[in-house]
Amino acid sequence: MNSTVALLLCGPAAFLASAIMAAAASRLAAATRLVYGATLAISAVLLVTAASHLAGNLGEASATLPLGLPWTGARFRLDGLSAFFLVVVNFGGTITSLYGLGYGRHESQPHRVLPFYPAFLAGMNLVVLANDAFSFLLSWEFMSLASWALVMAHHRDEANRRAGYIYLVMASFGTMALLLAFGLLAGPAGTYAFDAMRTAHPDRFAAGAVLVLMLLGAGSKAGLVPLHAWLPLAHPAAPSHVSALMSGIMTKVAIYGFIRVVFDLLGEPAWWSGVAVLLIGGVTAVLGILHALMEKDLKRLLAYSTIENIGVIFASLGLALAFKANAMPSAAALAFTAALFHVLNHSFFKSLLFFGAGAVLSATGERDMEKLGGLIHRLPVTSFVFLIGCVSISALPPFNGFASEWLVFQAILRSPELPQWGLKVIVPAVGGMLALSAALAAACFVKTFGITFLGRARSAAVERAHEVDRWSLAAMAVLAAFCLLAGILPGFVIDSLSTVTLPLVGERMPVQMAQPWLSIVPIAESRSSYNGLLVLVFITVSASLAAFFIHRFASHALRRGIAWGCGFPDAVPAAQYTAVSFAQPIRRVFGGFAFRSRETVDMPAPGALEPARLKVEMHDVAWEVFYQPITGAIDFATERLNHLQFLTIRRYLTLVFLYLVILLLVLALWP
Amino acid sequence: MNGLTFDIAHLLAGSLVLISFMMLYQDRLFALINVFALHAVVLALSVAWQAYIQDAHHLYITAAIALVFKAIVIPVGLHRIIQRLGIHRDIETAVGIGPTMLAGIGLVTLSMVLMLRVTPEADPLAREDLAFALSIILLGLLVMVTRRNAVSQVVGFMSLENGLVLAATGAKGMPLVVEISVAFSILIAFIVIGVFLFRIRERFDSVDIGALDDYRGERR
Repeated sequence: MNSTVALLLCGPAAFLASAIMAAAASRLAAATRLVYGATLAISAVLLVTAASHLAGNLGEASATLPLGLPWTGARFRLDGLSAFFLVVVNFGGTITSLYGLGYGRHESQPHRVLPFYPAFLAGMNLVVLANDAFSFLLSWEFMSLASWALVMAHHRDEANRRAGYIYLVMASFGTMALLLAFGLLAGPAGTYAFDAMRTAHPDRFAAGAVLVLMLLGAGSKAGLVPLHAWLPLAHPAAPSHVSALMSGIMTKVAIYGFIRVVFDLLGEPAWWSGVAVLLIGGVTAVLGILHALMEKDLKRLLAYSTIENIGVIFASLGLALAFKANAMPSAAALAFTAALFHVLNHSFFKSLLFFGAGAVLSATGERDMEKLGGLIHRLPVTSFVFLIGCVSISALPPFNGFASEWLVFQAILRSPELPQWGLKVIVPAVGGMLALSAALAAACFVKTFGITFLGRARSAAVERAHEVDRWSLAAMAVLAAFCLLAGILPGFVIDSLSTVTLPLVGERMPVQMAQPWLSIVPIAESRSSYNGLLVLVFITVSASLAAFFIHRFASHALRRGIAWGCGFPDAVPAAQYTAVSFAQPIRRVFGGFAFRSRETVDMPAPGALEPARLKVEMHDVAWEVFYQPITGAIDFATERLNHLQFLTIRRYLTLVFLYLVILLLVLALWP
Repeated sequence: MNGLTFDIAHLLAGSLVLISFMMLYQDRLFALINVFALHAVVLALSVAWQAYIQDAHHLYITAAIALVFKAIVIPVGLHRIIQRLGIHRDIETAVGIGPTMLAGIGLVTLSMVLMLRVTPEADPLAREDLAFALSIILLGLLVMVTRRNAVSQVVGFMSLENGLVLAATGAKGMPLVVEISVAFSILIAFIVIGVFLFRIRERFDSVDIGALDDYRGERR
């Protein structure tokens, strides 16, 4: 057994040990500090181990434990891909534990959170390490159940119970799809080790079925439209740091599962598999961000924005599949690197934003943006780091979101080289969808930051708010720093990802750190290059110059205003621009088909005393088109089958007898 | 295997099917049990004949078990139960005799067609034997389904088991342990069912299982 893998396996074991410790000691006052301290230390060790493996380009290492299926054992393996995702998972774990040290103290029922938190981390680590279908599914289900327990932490709330129920149903559905996919991969011989699946190439029909099943299984966990319905309910229901883990990290574990099967185990893809993934990714991106724009609950907005980012990542993966199928390894490496880079970036800024939302929640007790506002005066540090998160997720340079989305678009620009006309048409269309979603994301986060932190307080709770504790601030500051660092040092990240892309798509991106002045040149100097450092320097210099000129040369002439007006147009905070009014133009444009929204104005007759009302009606189309028919059918069937519960003994015997006779008849008449 | 031994085995297995048919139209409980005893006797003969032609001496023990338990102990026990329950005058069938006989003929046809189709390369004796055994099993199930009285359901179950024994002895090399354990499990099932009969009777004053459904508040 390899020592690195052994060390990495000790991690989940230590997590489980701390989960048991937490279950035993969760009612002690020091339990919060103890548990988050332990998970912080364990995640940090795992992070360093995985990062050094990734950076040192140490190849593969594997281990087999005598557990699990008797003829397979529990196999674990560490390669470039799993090392990268271990870095993502454990960076998230480290930083969330740091945040939890402070945020966890506000938890009203710590015994409902503490035991499951380390177990959740253990599950995610094990999924990434697993090297046979049995351990993979077991860890996957363990991860789902642990996160379900965390969603149900505040189960007294009716909405949380509903979220937990829907999450459980969708998680079971996803695992079922994964089970079937692995069944197809294992083939009639039933070889559940990944090593054996890798060498057995399924036929075209089976490969297509596996792709569809993986889109269902991993996609439902990641939040692909239309399987996303549980995500905006479940992610916000958990405590904020767990929301950050679920949104920022667990969705990435789902993406890991997809990549592991579709890029690694399935062998050579067909070109149309890229089309399917691309289209689903594009639709997911646009619909996710449109939903986010309509949302006024801070945490639900962030959850919907996660769906958008998952869409971007999947579109990029689809592009990589299309390039890989057409033997264009350098383009495939570009698209694949862009996807992985966005995975890393999204884990940074989504965690940061959820931490910010948690800080707002613990400072004010509010998640509804219409009751916040003006927090920049009360929570200056939180506001600043939240702003950095917003800028990063809106893909503005010089932060990290821009770097990865820019790479995605560079990959899309190589689509004219693809031979199939279908792809030539679809890829630019998806590119347009991604561009649209990027613009809408910027609008969405202008709204988020503007309504929440700017303007004036819309409720009394906001006026009493105080800056949050240092642990939380430290965690957010570290994430903000990483957002900036990954934005100005994209070359470093791209080079580190070369060990991941090389075995999976057969090529790597050109070495970027050799470029002068930290530039990145994904294809060739003549086509495009980007320099985050230069942009940062330019922004800093131009902004400083502008500020200097304004302060130095602006008019000092005396101006007179209304006494005590303070520059505000109206004294009532409710008259401010609201989240809904901000989103209204976009709702008018897209709402008709995306939400089947309808506005009705109820204008009283002249002289009548009741107020005029503007009513907006919106539908979740995915819910109505996909889920309601299914639940309706299940209800109908169970209602009909209910009679079977209450038959007489003779009728039961008759049923069994008739069934036997029918089976025998089938056997007798089968050609 | 010469023609005569084959014919005799065939005759015995065929008469088992015939007796199963006889069971279908008995509407008196005593008559039903007598037919069942006859069934068991023919089964014992058939098994003994198989023991003779296969030269498998342990099958004689199986035949003896069938004769002692199924042809004597269980019918006598059932007679006593019926007398103690006082239901010997009951006439009962849930489905009319005509449809039942037709269904029985259909089942026998089904099992013949099925067995002849799925075992083309098997030894002809075993093949015919299996077809007859499957017919007896299905007819036993049919008896269970068409009767309402718990005692006749027990008889149906026992005749079903006779079919199993016939199938097992027709196949060469079935270990004795299996047959003995099947025989004992049947005996224990008989005891358990007997105990239950009295319990049901104590509770409901009847062994008509419709009473159980009435108790659950169900329509029949």
